[in-house]
Amino acid sequence: MPYLVLDRLTKRFGPWVAVDNMSLTVEKGELVSLLGPSGCGKTTTLQMIAGFLDPSAGRVTLDGADLLARKPNERGLGIVFQSYALFPHMTAAENVAFGLEMRGIPRADRDRMVRDALQLVGLGAFGDRYPRRMSGGQQQRVALARAMVIKPSLLLLDEPLSNLDAKMREEMQIELRRIQRSVGTTMILVTHDQAEAMALSDRVVIMNKGRVEQVAAPQDAYDNPASAFVANFLGRTNLLQGTVRRDGAGRRIDVAGTAWPVAAELPDGPGLLTVRPEKVRFVDGAGVPGLVRARVFQGTQWLFEIRTEAGDLTVIRQHDGQTLPAENEPVMVGWRAEDMRVMAGEA
Amino acid sequence: MTAVDAHKSMMESSDAASKSAPPDRPERRPLAPYLLSLPALALFAVLLLVPLVMTGLLSLNSFGFYTGIEDVWQLGNYIDIVTDDYFHEIFLRTFRIAVVVTLLCAVLGAPEAYILRRMRSPWRGLCLLVVLGPLLISVVSRTLGWALLFGSTGIINTALMAVGLIATPIEFMYTETGVIIALTHVLVPFMVLSVWASLQRLDPQVENAALSLGAKPFTVLRRVVLPQVVPGILSGSIIVFALAASAFATPAIIGGRRLKVAATLAYDEFLNTLNWPLGAAIAILLLLANIVIIVGCNRLVERRYKQVFE
Repeated sequence: MPYLVLDRLTKRFGPWVAVDNMSLTVEKGELVSLLGPSGCGKTTTLQMIAGFLDPSAGRVTLDGADLLARKPNERGLGIVFQSYALFPHMTAAENVAFGLEMRGIPRADRDRMVRDALQLVGLGAFGDRYPRRMSGGQQQRVALARAMVIKPSLLLLDEPLSNLDAKMREEMQIELRRIQRSVGTTMILVTHDQAEAMALSDRVVIMNKGRVEQVAAPQDAYDNPASAFVANFLGRTNLLQGTVRRDGAGRRIDVAGTAWPVAAELPDGPGLLTVRPEKVRFVDGAGVPGLVRARVFQGTQWLFEIRTEAGDLTVIRQHDGQTLPAENEPVMVGWRAEDMRVMAGEA
Repeated sequence: MTAVDAHKSMMESSDAASKSAPPDRPERRPLAPYLLSLPALALFAVLLLVPLVMTGLLSLNSFGFYTGIEDVWQLGNYIDIVTDDYFHEIFLRTFRIAVVVTLLCAVLGAPEAYILRRMRSPWRGLCLLVVLGPLLISVVSRTLGWALLFGSTGIINTALMAVGLIATPIEFMYTETGVIIALTHVLVPFMVLSVWASLQRLDPQVENAALSLGAKPFTVLRRVVLPQVVPGILSGSIIVFALAASAFATPAIIGGRRLKVAATLAYDEFLNTLNWPLGAAIAILLLLANIVIIVGCNRLVERRYKQVFE
């Protein structure tokens, strides 16, 4: 039985539909990311689960109970805010203790739980510090400890890592994953950073303009994007215009004079071929002819811009000693048929 | 290398460049800032410092009914004030009024500012205008308005008697109650503005965070919002207290000659008794007492809430 159920959740602000008929089920212990560009409705969804916004329509149930019937302070959810929202006039330990105090937990137990929670996030020695005397990463850990210590039935994370620098963010990702594994809390993570979502989640929910585009395991969504939007949003991708047609051998798509077999059921007409930059290779035989416009060394890999008849292609090749074409060199590029996806294009 | 790193290394290289620059270049002190602040400093000196020093010196002179102001230096005026019960009463009354007005302003103004902040867009502007509106009207006309309301045949008493709540008119005019009500009305906008400013700095998510941790709305106010607006309430209180303790127009009109406060007392000494040195001494003492009380309270509150003030 699913743990958290969002059932046709909708939020309108006047004529603007921020979240449109969103349905989602989350299993207990799962970490699910809501991923999308800003304004896609992911934060609005989170706010509705938290109770800070009332949905215009739809239901939310947690463990079979109607969540919307309860006030925000009665939902028992843990929330980590983008701004951390720590209480600046309380020490780290007082911040963490606040939720326990509200639950009337006796002093001795409270002190022990606060100590354990700060230990869990690696801030055992920082209990007496005030938030403004802490770095962004430390504040973020306090916020996490404060939300975790109340043993929430569900932990909501609203862009928790977006205010950290790149190195700190990577560390916190690993930390979050470790904590999630060890405590087993069900988590909903809102983020616009696809790398973060893929690194942390069991499943990602890719949203666009208030609608769910795809719900899948990160690798699944990456390899089998349900739409051009998903393909583009999850990592880099190449989009090539082509024509779908059927002949004796089956359905094919013509791209810049080469034909690729199409497995999906698609009507004849314009088609859109997507293939990841790291899946494109330089080939000797049949392939799409092009010209190397630019090549950039990125340490572990080379990045190529290839101009072809069907449009510009980005190609990523590992820096592993293979001979690679130079700039302004004519090349042939190709990819395995199973590495590409074809969608119906706009006429 | 990320953009941030690149930026950093650029900064470092420019640092290195400035370090290797020839060290014997004479350090030039820019004059412009001093020149630019000269007009303000001159204004400050001429209009505040000079009169203050002159008042201080005047307060040391003596005064006789037949001799006028005598150019002698003595502390007689101060000794008179410190030893005379008449002056004690007036100074006590002044600060009693100022304290009550400050408390009332805090009790009315702080929630007002909080409610204003929670209002939606068109109403917020309108209500803010209503709150701040009194500042656009002269204190004298506002106070005269209160005088009209307060009189024994004024609107308040007439209405209360018509409803049957009171049998005889309540004395507002020439009483402390009247002065306190009118002063509170005059000064509450300062408290609202000051608390408003500190509310602006409050992270709106902090209240949601407290709610999500299971706090009831009132607990959120008491434990999370209030401690963070203490600096605003304190600075508002300082302004209100200083203005209430030195207020002249309102006590003069509502309190009249019967209910003197330090400011109207000094005025009377200057213009009715013509005892300028005594008036000056009263003014100086009022200033000193104000400073001592305000600085003392400030210290106290800052120590109590030191983490908010950092």
